[in-house]
Amino acid sequence: MTTRAMGATAAAAPAVSPYAGGVWSWITTVDHKRIAILYGVSAFVFFLLGGIEALIIRTQLAVPNNDLVTAQTYNELFTMHGTTMIFLAIMPLNAMYFNYLVPLMIGARDVAFPRLNAFSYWVFLAGALVLNWSWIAGAAPDTGWFGYANLTSPQYSPGKSVDYWLVGLQILGVSSLASAFNFIVTIVNLRAPGMRLMRMPPFVWMTLITNVLVALAFPVVTVALILLTFDRYFGTHFYIPQGGGDPVLWQHLFWVFGHPEVYILILPAFGIISEVLPTFARKPLFGYPFVILSGIGIAVLGFGVWAHHMFAVGMGPLADAIFAVTTMAIAIPTGVKIFNWLATLWGGSIAMRTPLLYGVAFIAMFTMGGLSGVHHASPPADLQQTDTYYIVAHFHYVLFGGALFALLGGFHYWFPKMTGKMLDEKLGKVVFWLALIGFNLTFFPMHMIGLLGMPRRIYTYHEELGLGGLNMASTIGAFVLMLAFLVFIWTLMKSLRSGDRAPVNPWDAPTLEWSIPSPPPAYNFAVVPTVQSRYPLWEERSQTGVTAGDGHGIHLPNPSFWPAFAAVGLLAMGAGGVSHSVPVFLTGVGIMLAGFFAWAFEPAS
Amino acid sequence: MAHGTYARPGRVRFLSGVVLPALTILLSGCAGEYVQNAMDPHSDFAHTINDLFWTIIWWSIVIFILVEVLLIYAIFRFRRRPGQPLPAQVHGNTRIEIAWTLAPALILASVAVPTVQTIFDTQAPPAEENLQVRAIGHQWWWEFRYPQLDIVTANDLWLPRGRKVDIALESADVIHSFWAPKLGGKRDLVPGHVNHISLTPQVADLFWGQCAEFCGASHANMGFRVVVAEPAEFDRWVQDFKAPKPPDTTDPLAAKGAQAFITSACIGCHRIAGTPAAGVIGPDLTYFARRHTIAAGMMPNTPENLARWLRNPPAVKPGSKMPNLNLNDETVQALVAYLGSLK
Repeated sequence: MTTRAMGATAAAAPAVSPYAGGVWSWITTVDHKRIAILYGVSAFVFFLLGGIEALIIRTQLAVPNNDLVTAQTYNELFTMHGTTMIFLAIMPLNAMYFNYLVPLMIGARDVAFPRLNAFSYWVFLAGALVLNWSWIAGAAPDTGWFGYANLTSPQYSPGKSVDYWLVGLQILGVSSLASAFNFIVTIVNLRAPGMRLMRMPPFVWMTLITNVLVALAFPVVTVALILLTFDRYFGTHFYIPQGGGDPVLWQHLFWVFGHPEVYILILPAFGIISEVLPTFARKPLFGYPFVILSGIGIAVLGFGVWAHHMFAVGMGPLADAIFAVTTMAIAIPTGVKIFNWLATLWGGSIAMRTPLLYGVAFIAMFTMGGLSGVHHASPPADLQQTDTYYIVAHFHYVLFGGALFALLGGFHYWFPKMTGKMLDEKLGKVVFWLALIGFNLTFFPMHMIGLLGMPRRIYTYHEELGLGGLNMASTIGAFVLMLAFLVFIWTLMKSLRSGDRAPVNPWDAPTLEWSIPSPPPAYNFAVVPTVQSRYPLWEERSQTGVTAGDGHGIHLPNPSFWPAFAAVGLLAMGAGGVSHSVPVFLTGVGIMLAGFFAWAFEPAS
Repeated sequence: MAHGTYARPGRVRFLSGVVLPALTILLSGCAGEYVQNAMDPHSDFAHTINDLFWTIIWWSIVIFILVEVLLIYAIFRFRRRPGQPLPAQVHGNTRIEIAWTLAPALILASVAVPTVQTIFDTQAPPAEENLQVRAIGHQWWWEFRYPQLDIVTANDLWLPRGRKVDIALESADVIHSFWAPKLGGKRDLVPGHVNHISLTPQVADLFWGQCAEFCGASHANMGFRVVVAEPAEFDRWVQDFKAPKPPDTTDPLAAKGAQAFITSACIGCHRIAGTPAAGVIGPDLTYFARRHTIAAGMMPNTPENLARWLRNPPAVKPGSKMPNLNLNDETVQALVAYLGSLK
C-alpha cells in the first residue's frame, strides 16, 4: 500500500461512559482501565506532593546560610522527595500505562489476574499511606531514600522514622511484585492470535522487560529490608559493626536492587518513545529488533553494575575496575537506542504535535543524562562527582528529562484514548516549553554546582563556596517548573470538561488500541483481532481494526471487594509494624488472610 | 585558572567558546573563586583525576553535539508538509546498526583503558616512608591523628607541601566521606573498615573540605580545613605540638577560664595537651586558637563565634553531641579568653 488513510473512522463511543459509577464501583473494580486511572490519579497526587517537597528544598538552598527549614526538616524533605518520586510517582505512573495499554495493545480483554491487579493497586496505596502518615505522626524518614546502614540502626535513628520508611517500602514491594507477575503472565499468555513476540509493540516489550526486572530486583531489597527489620526490632547486627555486622552489606544489597530500579523507572519511557516517534514520523521504528535486544541487554547488564554507586566505599582497585567496565558497557545498548530513535525520525514525515515535542525533548535530555552517566562510570573521576550535585543533575536528566518527559509525552498521546477527549494542543505546547525551560534552568546549573564543590543532602552551604548565584538560578527554574505543572493541571481540567471529542485514531497510529472506541468499552474488543504484522493498523487496515459487534455475551470478571479488603489487612500490618504493636499486626494478618480466603472462594460469575 | 600548569586553556576556550558558552563560564578564569572547586587540582591525586575527567568530557561533548545536531536537523528537515506522500517505510539497516553499536564500544574502550590504569595508579598501598595520618570521622567533626609524630588534633589537617601522605580513613560512628576537592577525590570512612587516600599536596595554601556522605542531622556542618604548609613551617608546627606550652596565666580572665575548664564538664570530653584535661569523646583542643574554624568548619574561629557556641552548642549546630551546659556569661567569657590563649 502506498497511501494510508488519515484521520480516523468514526466509531461510536459507548452510550454510557465506561467510567460511570460511584465510589463503590471504583473500590471493587477489576477493570484494568479503571485500575490504570486509579494508579494515574494517585501517582499524580503523590507527584505533586514530591514536587512541593522539592520546592521547599530549592527555596532553602536559594541563598547560602538560609534558615527557612531546620536541618531535621530538610533531611526529611529530601528523603521523602526521593522516596516519593521513585516509588509513589514514577513507578505508579508507569503502572498506569502498563495497566491501561498492555491489554489494549495485545488485543486482550483484561490482564491475566484482574483481582490481583486490583490488589496491587490497593496495596500500593496502603504503602504510600504508611510512608506519608509519617508526616502526620511527626516522624518522617530522614536517612535518605537509600537508607544507608548503620545510620538507620536503633543507635543512630532511635525514633520511628526509619520504621515508617522500611515498612512502607516493604508494603510497596508486595504491590510491585504482584503487579510484575501479573504483567509477565499477561504478556506471555494473552496476546491476540498472530501477535508473535517480535510483533509486539515496543512498549509491551519494555513492559515485559521492566516487570522481569521488578520480579528479580525487588526480592533483593525485600531481603535487605528484612535484615534491617531484624536489626531494628529484634536486636540483630546484620549491618552493625559493633556486633560483627557490616554496613557495606546494606549498600551491596540495596544497589543490587537499586540499579535495576533505575531501569525499572526508565525502560517504560523507552517503550513510550518507541511508540510516539513512529506515529508522528509516519515511519516504522528503525531497527525494531535492535531496540528490543538492546532493552534486554540493558536489563541483563543492569544486574552487573550495582557497585558503581560505591566507588568511594573502598572496594579495592580490582572491583572498581570491573564495575567501571560493566558500567561503560551498558552505555552501548543505551546509545544504540538513541541512534535508532534518531533514524526513526530521519526521512520521516514529522508532525510536531505535543507528544512528539516531548519525544524529541526526551532524546535530547536523556542523551545529556546518559553522557554524564559515563563520567561517573570512571571510578577516579567519580571520586570527585559522587555525592555531589553533579550526580543530582545527572539522574534528574535521566529521570525527569528522560522518564518524566516520556510519561508526559505518552500522556498527551494516549489521553484521547483514555478519556475520549483531545488534550488542548495550544496549552499542551505552553506546558511543554515551560517544562523544558524550567527543567534545564533547574538542573543544568547543578552540574557546575557539583563540580564546584557542593555535596548533596546538605541543608545549608557557606557563602564562600561561591555557589549562591547558581543555586538561585536553579531555584528559579524550580518555580518555572511549578508554573508548568499548574498550567498542566489547568489544561487537564479544561480538556476533560470541554475538550474536542477524540476519534478512534486521532494520530493515525498503528497499534491495536487505536482500533477501538475512545474511551474503550469495558470489554475492549468486541471481536478479538488477528494480527499479521507489527503495525496492524498501517499494514492491514482491512483485516483488523474496528470490528463490528456490541459486546453482548462477552464474559467479564465480576467486580470484587476482596482485593481491597486484603490490602486493608496489609495496611493494618503496616500500622502494627510502625507502632510496634503485635495485636494490631496480627489483626492485619487476619484481615489479609480473610480477604484472600473470600477472594479464593468467590463465585466466578 | 589560578594554577595553569595543568589546565588546558587553549582547547577549553576554543571549543566551549564556540559551542557551550555556559561551560565557558565554568572553565575559564573562575577556578580561584570557588574554594571547593573539584576542577582546580592542587595535588598529584587531584591532577590525575582531573586529566582523566577531561579525557572523558571531550568525548561526551563531541557525542552530545553530534546527537543534538542530528536531532534538530531531522525535526526541521523532515517536517511534514501538506499533501506529502507517505515517507519510505524503512524498517532498519543492519550494517548501519552494527556500525553504531561498534563505534560507541570503541570510544568507551578508549575511556576504559586510562580509567583502569588510573584506578590502579591512585590506589597504591600505603608505604611506611610516607607521612601517616589517621582521619577519624565523628558525628559531626574530624579527628586527625599522626601516629609517627604522636600528635592528635581536630578539624584542621596540617600537611607539608611536597611530601606524600597516606591518610587512613576510619569512623567512630556512622559512614562519612573525606573530601577536600582541590586535593583529590573523596573516599568513605566506614565503621569497621580502614580506607586509604594517598596524595602529595603541591601548593602551600588553606584548602576547604567537608563530609560528602550523608551522616545525620548536621551532615552539612561537618567541614574541615587542610593547611598545606611549607615543610619548615610544618616542622615548627610539629615541634610545637610535641612540647605544648603551659597555659598562659598572665591574663587573669584566661587563668580563670583555665580553672573553669579543668573543674567543669569540659574535661569529660576534651583534651588539652599539657593540662589535666584528657577527655577523648570530643575534639582535642590543644592549640585551639590556631584552628581556622569552630564546630567543624561552621564558623571562623573568633571570640564572638566561640562565645555563641559555648552558650548553646545544639542551637548553633543541630544535633550537636556537646550539650547546652548553661554556662553563665562570666564563665563563657573566661573560657573564650582561655581557649583564645592556646596559640
